Amino acid sequence: MTCDAARELISPLLDAELDAAQASEVERHIQTCIACAELQFEYLQLRERVRADAPYYSATEELRAQIDRALRQAASAKERRRAPWGWIALASAAGFAAALVLAFLLGPKMFHSEQAGGDLIAQEVVSSHVRSLMASHLIDVRSSDQHTVKPWFAGKLDFSPKVKDLGPQGYALTGGRLDYLDGRPVAGLVFQRRQHVINLFVWPSTAQSGSRLSTFAITGFNIVHWSEAGLMYWAVSDLNAAELREFAQLYSE
Amino acid sequence: MADTIAFARFEQAVMPHLHAAYNLARWLLRDHHDAEDAVQDAYLRAFRFFDSFDGVDARAWLLAIVRNRCRSVLGQSSRRAEVTEFDEKMHTADDSAPDPESGALRNAEIVSLRTCIDYLPAEYREVVVLRELEQMSYKEISVAVAVPVGTVMSRLARARIRLKDCITARVRGVAR
Ligand SMILES: [Zn+2]
Repeated sequence: MTCDAARELISPLLDAELDAAQASEVERHIQTCIACAELQFEYLQLRERVRADAPYYSATEELRAQIDRALRQAASAKERRRAPWGWIALASAAGFAAALVLAFLLGPKMFHSEQAGGDLIAQEVVSSHVRSLMASHLIDVRSSDQHTVKPWFAGKLDFSPKVKDLGPQGYALTGGRLDYLDGRPVAGLVFQRRQHVINLFVWPSTAQSGSRLSTFAITGFNIVHWSEAGLMYWAVSDLNAAELREFAQLYSE
Repeated sequence: MADTIAFARFEQAVMPHLHAAYNLARWLLRDHHDAEDAVQDAYLRAFRFFDSFDGVDARAWLLAIVRNRCRSVLGQSSRRAEVTEFDEKMHTADDSAPDPESGALRNAEIVSLRTCIDYLPAEYREVVVLRELEQMSYKEISVAVAVPVGTVMSRLARARIRLKDCITARVRGVAR
């Protein structure tokens, strides 16, 4: 093993994140190389120092109480709103969280015009995207066939999203799932471009007319939004802006 | 009632990680009030989306939401994200005239370390905090910061080199 290769692996060795074979290879190198042995010692010292001296900031009891109050309020707001507005059927179909989201987002503070709501929704779109990339929540129905994915949403949503495989153009449909956005259940369609995942969220628009593509960027993610035929489309990915826009263009054709 | 059970389930799974949530937010935002706001907001979001939690690792799941909130707060006021505008006053207040006899030297060492961590770019700082203060595995960190395990590994290695260099520089007085 070369010094360059060993230097790369000393940090994960310290964290016990190498497999046994790799670990013993690095350790063998360190036994014969003073420079790498020194580096390992420095890393070890650094770790001891960080663990001993870097402050761990604990939450105060006031914060705990405050959060607890806010959570209870959110939970009971849902109780108050759900029954009179007749969403019991929807809530029991889509589960507790859907009802909660509805209640939460329909609070007076959250009423917003299409314009002002755009940023807020874009934020939520990014959050949903990030959440979907976490273990086991990306796809509920796995298929590259639009004729499998589209009917899967029937009965789960009160609208029918356009489902289009762009595999030939390099944006392969990999599946779909139910998600919750903007206070309602939405369709989540998943596409793959090289190693990048694209989430396309679809739900009914309140605006009458369609809109052209508009592009946002939030914390490292690109977003393209448009609406057509009474539905809003939000595409989000860590893919570069130009390609995501191309995807949206192809999809909206 | 089902809702009461869901609420209890949330409290049981997610509330124990409040300190971890605040610690991460405090290190990322470097401000007590901003950190408290971000944590409270993250908890409300976590509650709303609790059914998207896969039941495996509540801490990593919650920290991903906290981290996401912090990053968008930092994004909104890019002023704060700028390391160059970082206010060193709060770190150097008790940093003057180290006196080995009175423990002030030791105190200066602690301030120096904290300053060096604060100087790290946020994507390095968060992996250091999660690894060294939360003792999370690379896999857990990768869930919390939404990057592949390989990226966690290389960010940690680079963060450690930067930290080491920063501490050395401060000992020599270069960074004062
Ligand atoms: Zn070597």
